[in-house]
Amino acid sequence: MHRRYFITTLCLSCLLWMTVGCTKKKTNVELGNTTQELYLGIGAEPATLDPHLSTGLTEYSIMMAFLEGLTTLDAETMRVLPGVAKSWDISEDGLLYTFHFDPNACWSNGDRVTPEDFLFSFERILTPLLGAPYAYMLYPMRDAEAFHTGKLTDFSKVGATAIDDHTLQIELEQATPYFLSLLAHNTWFPVHPPTILKHGSMTERISKWTKAGNYVGNGPYLLKKWRLNTEVYAVKNPHFRDIESVNLNGIHFLPIEIDTEERAFRSGHLHITATVPIHRIDWYREHRPETINFATSLGVYYYMLNTSRGPLADPRVRKALAYTINREELTKHVLKAGQQPAYHFTPPNAGGYNAEARFPYDPDLARQLLAEAGFPDGKGFPAFELLYNTSESHRTIAVAIQQMWKKELGINIELHNQEWKAYLSTREAGEFDILRASWFGDYDDPNTFLSLGETNNGNNHTEWSSPEYDALIKQAAVTLDPEARKAIFQKAEAILLDEMPVIPIYFYVTSRLIDDAVQGWYPSILDNHPYQAIKLIDNE
Amino acid sequence: MFNLIIRRLLQAIPTLWVVATATFLLLRLAPGGPFDDEKPLPPEIKEKIEAHYGLDLPLHEQYFEFLGNILQGDLGPSYKYPGWDVQEIIIQAFPVSLELGLWGLLIALSVGIPIGTIAAIKHNTPTETGLMGIATIGICLPSFVVGPILLLFFSLHLDWFNPLGWTFATDRVLPAITLGLLYAASIARLARSGMLDVLQDDYIRTARAKGLAEKTVIIRHALRTALNPVVAYLGPAAAGLISGSFVVETIFFIPGLGPFFVNAALNRDYTMVMGTVLFYATLIILFNLIVDLIQMWMNPRSRHD
Amino acid sequence: MTKQEREKAALEATSLGRDAWEHIKRNRMAQIGGVLFITITLMCWIGPWLSSYSLNQQDLAYGAQSPSAQHWFGTDDLGRDLFVRILIGGRISIGVGFAATFIALVIGVIYGSIAGYVGGKVEDLMMRFVDAVYALPFTMIVIILTVTFDKKSIILIFMAIGAVEWLTMARIVRGQTRALRKLNFIDAAKVYGASHFRILIRHILPNCLGPIIVFTTLMIPSVILLESVLSFLGLGVQPPMSSWGVLINEGAKKIDIYPWQLIFPALFFSITLFALNFIGDGLRDALDPKETK
Repeated sequence: MHRRYFITTLCLSCLLWMTVGCTKKKTNVELGNTTQELYLGIGAEPATLDPHLSTGLTEYSIMMAFLEGLTTLDAETMRVLPGVAKSWDISEDGLLYTFHFDPNACWSNGDRVTPEDFLFSFERILTPLLGAPYAYMLYPMRDAEAFHTGKLTDFSKVGATAIDDHTLQIELEQATPYFLSLLAHNTWFPVHPPTILKHGSMTERISKWTKAGNYVGNGPYLLKKWRLNTEVYAVKNPHFRDIESVNLNGIHFLPIEIDTEERAFRSGHLHITATVPIHRIDWYREHRPETINFATSLGVYYYMLNTSRGPLADPRVRKALAYTINREELTKHVLKAGQQPAYHFTPPNAGGYNAEARFPYDPDLARQLLAEAGFPDGKGFPAFELLYNTSESHRTIAVAIQQMWKKELGINIELHNQEWKAYLSTREAGEFDILRASWFGDYDDPNTFLSLGETNNGNNHTEWSSPEYDALIKQAAVTLDPEARKAIFQKAEAILLDEMPVIPIYFYVTSRLIDDAVQGWYPSILDNHPYQAIKLIDNE
Repeated sequence: MFNLIIRRLLQAIPTLWVVATATFLLLRLAPGGPFDDEKPLPPEIKEKIEAHYGLDLPLHEQYFEFLGNILQGDLGPSYKYPGWDVQEIIIQAFPVSLELGLWGLLIALSVGIPIGTIAAIKHNTPTETGLMGIATIGICLPSFVVGPILLLFFSLHLDWFNPLGWTFATDRVLPAITLGLLYAASIARLARSGMLDVLQDDYIRTARAKGLAEKTVIIRHALRTALNPVVAYLGPAAAGLISGSFVVETIFFIPGLGPFFVNAALNRDYTMVMGTVLFYATLIILFNLIVDLIQMWMNPRSRHD
Repeated sequence: MTKQEREKAALEATSLGRDAWEHIKRNRMAQIGGVLFITITLMCWIGPWLSSYSLNQQDLAYGAQSPSAQHWFGTDDLGRDLFVRILIGGRISIGVGFAATFIALVIGVIYGSIAGYVGGKVEDLMMRFVDAVYALPFTMIVIILTVTFDKKSIILIFMAIGAVEWLTMARIVRGQTRALRKLNFIDAAKVYGASHFRILIRHILPNCLGPIIVFTTLMIPSVILLESVLSFLGLGVQPPMSSWGVLINEGAKKIDIYPWQLIFPALFFSITLFALNFIGDGLRDALDPKETK
């Protein structure tokens, strides 16, 4: 009997070896280079392909393939380019925008894209019943906020009008310098009204219209296949208005876990990864430096302090904590991807704004501040806790900082991690001393960062409140002159660093592995990569 | 036996009800909800969304509505992936996990049982020490270690297999080995112990005394009884194997059900958690029933029961 | 119980005990296992005192260094000495492994033997309960434990692990008990008027010992690894503390870059398991009531 087992196993192995040995298959990259199909890692599964329900960058990056707004962004420079609107006029006061539609703009079923479609889409995302999480992105439009919050029930009163079947007019609440680039965001994307209505009412969340086969879009690609946790497959849309500009025949969006993704790339099964595991960075730098790419990104990693708790109520203590973190060492040896140490809060070059205020790395000053606050050498400092959401890199950073505080200040803190949702609920309840946090800009403007310090901001969990700061942020919102506005933000940033309710640690960098065959993928601060620009060129 | 099956199937109904109710309570007790995110929703938007899913109703009403839906065979839409039904996701992913699990099970059994049996027969010899040593190594190597090592060697180094995916027949090999190995090792140890017990039994001695060949004694008589603990272990193990392994399916990027179990819980995707849990419970009940039937059939000592 | 019986029982007990000891003395592998296990345990408790590094002493610029004269097992990503981290992690892992396994063992054996012995409706009810608990979403239970109780309490780890690990033990013991309960010698004991408790303890459990011991030795590694899953979900051991489960988990990802980060913790883990399996096998042979001289 055992002999039989043995023989069976032997035969099976032989068979296996033969099948494996004889069929040398081409890798995805080799295959894709000949058929112009891109294999792109996206990290996580997109929750939805409905532009009005999505919340994340992953979804946005996929939907860019299927839908197109009034404007688009240049892949390299992020300048505004025509989209569905081939041109536009702006009134002198900057309040009235008139968009002239490209007559070739079509839905993937051949229907023309009309201003009415956009009105339907705006109404859809702003209708409270839909529960669109990012509807506030439309607030620059006149009365959009009133309609969304239910103060206004007649949508025709909102500041968007179809002048005729190829002209759309949008009126703004106030002049918004970045309005045209906002239009390229997925919240401003149109949806195809007959398709939406075919699969449910306008405001139905649980609709099947986003499935492959049902999806009708106006972007350069069509949704060919979507299987959860497996693949979103996009192919060229023959009805796209500017079909000439589309190089790739297909895109495979693959939600692969980080370490598996790196292996896939190494063996030639992916053109571009979503990220790079930290412990692989040095290896790629050394062995395949041409494949590893870093791009600064509009995000800050910071610790939030609960200023209502014990010694953290004292700004001197908060500063002492901030001044003892050796950010240079942290970014160089722990994070490794060329992240910038953060000595201020707003990431550099956010909408052209660069903070002037800085705080130092100065353990001596920190010890002095701590002593002034009544804790010389950390004596008598109560036990407190640092909470982070579960992740290897958050843990590593927390451990490193824990030791820095212990060594320089004599303070002992305990680390505690919670999985994502528990962490969110603890944060919401304010039941923490120090909390890991991060913020990514929704748009390229300092306001998206500095408004976090406002007393009533839903994301300010620090219990810190400064009337002076609040007044500055409000003032900035109504200041039209860009330079004057920046000056106001400078003042606000200085207050923030002087009070230190948050401890900035570093500014994010996105790291990716990119195959040499990929052309036209440019570093982008919002991680925005229009697919039309991408080409695959086989070097061999 | 027919009675037993009927009785157990009837018992399944209250069991599933207990599981459903307990899971319902666990979900509501857990911190954080399905619609919490990094950038929190304005309260009025969150209310709207929750109302959409009936989460604004009093708890008991939610409970009865949910029970009603289940009774109609409707597991509802996923909260995390609007547009996808829980049934749809399970139906799509389960066949993959089933196939992987069956391969894993095949490897576990065809490696584990012979090793365990031979080790017992060669009790107190170097053969036994060697075989049990191998089995112990198997136990020391969890799948999150075996998987990457196999990949490194057979995919990246030798380039025999794809490092990910589930497209070609050869894509089954490495994941199935990774999955089967740990179970094979456990089965080997349990089989050895069971066999050692049985080989001392009177009826085996009688069989031997009758002059039957050792091989016949072992296969015809000993194995059945000896495998009793293996079979008891296999019930839940098999249910676990075929419902998908989070670790193996993630490492090899296999489109199975495994990741959904964990991610549904982490996402607080209420309907998805409920759907996967009930599905798993059904498998457990089914497999434990099969196991009990096999045990009855296999065990000569309790045959005249 | 008659006097005669009591004497017989006492005799049985001593002879079983003496036999077992004789057996162990003769079993070379079990002895090796015992020595190995004691060595590892002693190393974990004494070793860190001998090193000049402490558990948390970090040197970021000296991260992920391969083994050297200074750092015998190399360093981790934060430049902490792996030798010390493995040994101190061993305290956690061995401690948790034994304590949680013991809890699961006791619950599983008692529950399973009662269910198998009593049979009928009670057995059905008890086993359906086991089925139900099997199916409950473990992740959710752990998450709820983390927010409901003081998260650092080590008792919680035992509760969480005990809650899942006893189930298979109960099924195995119940299966064995069922097979035994209708056998002649059990009937004989009943005729002699032995109590149910006595029958379970004296006659049924000794005959289940084989699978119980084997399954216990299988449970310990899975408990040690489960501990790292719990710490991932925020329960129990928190950094900068280490444990074998966590170290192996991290090392596995870097096997081809920083192999020492996997090899050394895995080595300690494996040696311990080998030792335990040898001891387990020795015990099984020693305590086997049927293995007659």
